[in-house]
Amino acid sequence: MLRCERLTLAVPGRVLARDVGFEVRRGEIWAVLGANGSGKTTLVHALAGLVPAPAGTVALDGAPLAGRPGAARASLIGILLQQEDAEFWGSVFDYVLLGRFSRARSWYGWQSEDEDAARAALAAVGLTDFAARGYRTLSGGERQRARIAQLLAQDPEVLLLDEPLQHLDLRHQAAVLRLFSTLARERGRAVMMVLHDALWPARICSHALLLHDDGAVESGAAGDMLARERLERLYGCPLQEIETGGTRFFAPL
Amino acid sequence: MSRPRLLALFSFAAAASLFIALVSGPFPISALLVLDSVLDPTPGLVHDVIWQLRAPRALAAFACGGLLALAGALLQVLLRNALADPYVLGVSSGAALGALLAVTLGAGAVLMNAAALTGAACAIAIVFFLSFRSGEWDMYRLLLTGVVLAAGFSALVSLTLVMAPGVQVKGMLYWLMGDLSYADSPVAAWIVLLVVGAAAMAHAVRLDLLALGEVKARSLGLSVKPLQVAIFVGAALATVAAVLLAGSVGFVGLMVPHAVRLMGVAGHRWLLPLAMLLGGAFLTLADTAARTLAAPQQLPVGVLTAIIGVPVMLWLLGKKRAPL
Repeated sequence: MLRCERLTLAVPGRVLARDVGFEVRRGEIWAVLGANGSGKTTLVHALAGLVPAPAGTVALDGAPLAGRPGAARASLIGILLQQEDAEFWGSVFDYVLLGRFSRARSWYGWQSEDEDAARAALAAVGLTDFAARGYRTLSGGERQRARIAQLLAQDPEVLLLDEPLQHLDLRHQAAVLRLFSTLARERGRAVMMVLHDALWPARICSHALLLHDDGAVESGAAGDMLARERLERLYGCPLQEIETGGTRFFAPL
Repeated sequence: MSRPRLLALFSFAAAASLFIALVSGPFPISALLVLDSVLDPTPGLVHDVIWQLRAPRALAAFACGGLLALAGALLQVLLRNALADPYVLGVSSGAALGALLAVTLGAGAVLMNAAALTGAACAIAIVFFLSFRSGEWDMYRLLLTGVVLAAGFSALVSLTLVMAPGVQVKGMLYWLMGDLSYADSPVAAWIVLLVVGAAAMAHAVRLDLLALGEVKARSLGLSVKPLQVAIFVGAALATVAAVLLAGSVGFVGLMVPHAVRLMGVAGHRWLLPLAMLLGGAFLTLADTAARTLAAPQQLPVGVLTAIIGVPVMLWLLGKKRAPL
């Protein structure tokens, strides 16, 4: 579904990786792992079409992403950003509604189906009672859930999540990941998430993509990728392997 | 207060401000007579004072205030800077330089306006082309280019003032502080206000998206660059129309959008019409005060907008806002 070929990842003044190629299919959940500054965010931004990659192509269902008008792209591919650089002064409900921009059929204002979608999205992240609150009055974790609700209201085919678990407590980490894995399994969405811990990928991801500091990129089934030696090389630190209930976890020594 | 209620209140305030402007002046006309003349215009002295003198001036003040509030609200989104005001792109100092040079050279009113328009257009063109190079469009560079150019124009304006003969300086100062006594017909300004205002309202949701930041707006499907160019053009047009009427009236463009935000209005669908109404009503009242307080002496309205606006704004800032 989402396929990239010979993609170059670069930040101003530095090339992070070359010739990155992989395909994420419907129903798959990918983990993107790597050390700080290894290009995880650059990768998902390039996949979302937010920044043009210096080289390579990203295609969605065979059609190149570049050149698609904004709204058509955003109804197919959505991204949960790691950080947003502006405050939002309206209510939580208004914030989530903005996710409907690419789907809205009215040129001015919102229709009832947009409002229904926003309400459903808020309910999915447990923020129904917060709808009328000012977005600025939310805590960090509540904001993160509101941002996830906005992405759910956008309802794209491909969901790119840059650190979806940041600021979330353990209960909401589990709830949010359950939500995304349901979307992948039952509604055929393709999910790709940048994660920082070595606990969740093994439990919910079907595939993993490893961005090494030296520019090497490995990708494949989660079972093969999430091995101790590979992750030790990835993070540059010794890891302890814990196996329980048939799942392998990793923790720094 | 709910948003429809604010809209009703501001609409009433706008109508009231225009009415007060028609009633007030050195020539006493009672409110009843004004009402009579509005409902049933019959030629005569009262009719002439109202329709030849006061109405054009009141409408000019209202259009000017609405335009400044609109331009301020648009530029605050475009530059994502709370301190952006209509003059941040150098429009007013460019216009001032053009007008003052024309006055120094002994030009009449028509030539002076043409020179002001030329100066404003030059300032806008320079800012646009310096910050929009090779298709790259960086708001940080746009803001700084505007501020730097405005500083340059202001220096040239000061130079012109110093070099100008003493009798001309006072008229020039009025122009720089904002003054509606030389305002032309407000028709052009009203057309700009209605056209740019309606276009901005039609893009209200897009403005909300852009206010979230460029990357975020793009991720939600907004085509950012065309919108930014459109905002730039719209805000520049609105500012030029206001500056040609009244010179550079401070405070309105910067503070009126913030005042509306402080009342708890965030979405541009409501923010824009409320700001235009409030800006128009505010400047109409300020201008009425400017021409009546020290009559027959006329005060520059730009001084009064600040004198009235500062305490109101401070009160709004200090007031504890009910959480949305």
